[in-house]
Amino acid sequence: MAKRIGATSRQLADEFMEAVLSLPDGEKVKQCIQCGTCSGACPTSHAMDYTPREIIAALRAGMLDRVLNSNTMWMCSSCYGCTVRCPSGIKLTDVMYELKSLATKHGVRPKGVSTPALQAAFVAEVEAHGRNAEVGLMRRFFLGTNPFDGLRNLGLALAMKQRGRLSLGSSSVSPEGQRQLKAIAEKARGG
Amino acid sequence: MARFFYPGCALEQSGKPYAVSALAVARALGLELPELRDWNCCGATAYMGTHELWGLALAARNLAMAEQLGADELVTVCSGCYVVLNKAAKYTATDPALGEQVNEALGSAGLAYRGGVRVRHLLDVIVNDIRPEAVQARMKTSLAGLKVAPYYGCQIGRPFDDFDDPERPTTLDSLLQAVEAEVVPYPLKSRCCGGMLMTTSTEVAVPLVYQLLECAAQAGADCIATACPLCTMNLEGYRKQIAARHGRSFAGLPVYAFTQLLALALGLPRAETGVDMGLIPAEPALTAYL
Repeated sequence: MAKRIGATSRQLADEFMEAVLSLPDGEKVKQCIQCGTCSGACPTSHAMDYTPREIIAALRAGMLDRVLNSNTMWMCSSCYGCTVRCPSGIKLTDVMYELKSLATKHGVRPKGVSTPALQAAFVAEVEAHGRNAEVGLMRRFFLGTNPFDGLRNLGLALAMKQRGRLSLGSSSVSPEGQRQLKAIAEKARGG
Repeated sequence: MARFFYPGCALEQSGKPYAVSALAVARALGLELPELRDWNCCGATAYMGTHELWGLALAARNLAMAEQLGADELVTVCSGCYVVLNKAAKYTATDPALGEQVNEALGSAGLAYRGGVRVRHLLDVIVNDIRPEAVQARMKTSLAGLKVAPYYGCQIGRPFDDFDDPERPTTLDSLLQAVEAEVVPYPLKSRCCGGMLMTTSTEVAVPLVYQLLECAAQAGADCIATACPLCTMNLEGYRKQIAARHGRSFAGLPVYAFTQLLALALGLPRAETGVDMGLIPAEPALTAYL
């Protein structure tokens, strides 16, 4: 059963289109010819509930809420293979980011997909330090999802530590930098 | 020409061998790369997938600070940072409305970005400004006989093909050939390593990395050269999972940032090559060159 989103399908589609159109070349999404080049270029489309081509079809069919409830955009690795091959010049990777943003905003997290949790952990880590310490990120991520998975990665962490490639402390931006980042975040998110 | 170095978060930890060797190679080639003071995380894919304007503004703080220092270029060695910083630079330049929004956000922190900083990957700077011939002229140890699979990954050439082809890149090939390494045919050179999916959807990323390793092994590669710390991590750090699923761990196939191989060729001290920080032993692949 898909999670109910507190907005109608039409509202979601409008919100999504507004976000996409605000990006450079965003209007090109209207010129999709459904050729499937994006899906063919994608190294992970086999693992997606809906392929990249189907996202645009779903948008046109007024079924964007189905896409938002799917794992599709969370399987995108940002390789930009679709973006450079699309004959209509659609920046599909940016479209994926808008889907992730919309899902994040509406709190939609499809079952069995932990990428939203990693994304949230990443943002939290950078909000705390202005930088992303890998140990801090993994601690936040595994504690928030499955600590046993974290334990399975302990061997790798120890091997990295042994070779001087992992430190327990975090490097941070200056206090002034922190203040700047906070102000930037407030303004960008509010506006 | 004023350039500043943007290390990025991975370079401080897992990417240390890359950081050490990149800065040593830059010094040896006469490239001045002072670190951008108080740089912040580029935001990576996580911010782009949370709130695009926030992500662009976060990245743009680095551009604004570099511009304030009079920088012409901001140089990075991480393809993930490269693509995000470059996106912030290009989108604010080509889309005035978006540029204005980013500047409104920066303005709340007393900063501004006017569009004067070019974002570059160190591979681009070495190949197109220093030139492979100049690197060859300073070569102390020929890498002749070392078979290298050149792995570019995705974001160094996509979506911005500023200095190489998005799908059939050759810059890294030419640099490796300049120090006389044997570059093996590597058709998957710009195929995806899975990026962060290695952490969140291991079952999806493991086969991607397996194909990259298998392809290099079949081409007879002694090692793989990379240009991104996340690619490096994925290619060298998950051999157990790859062996469990695909029956091969490619035990004798180490992975090095391209600057590590350049450091070797330039005869820099072993510590500056960072090869002993690898998860896969440098010997026997590099025995003849150490």
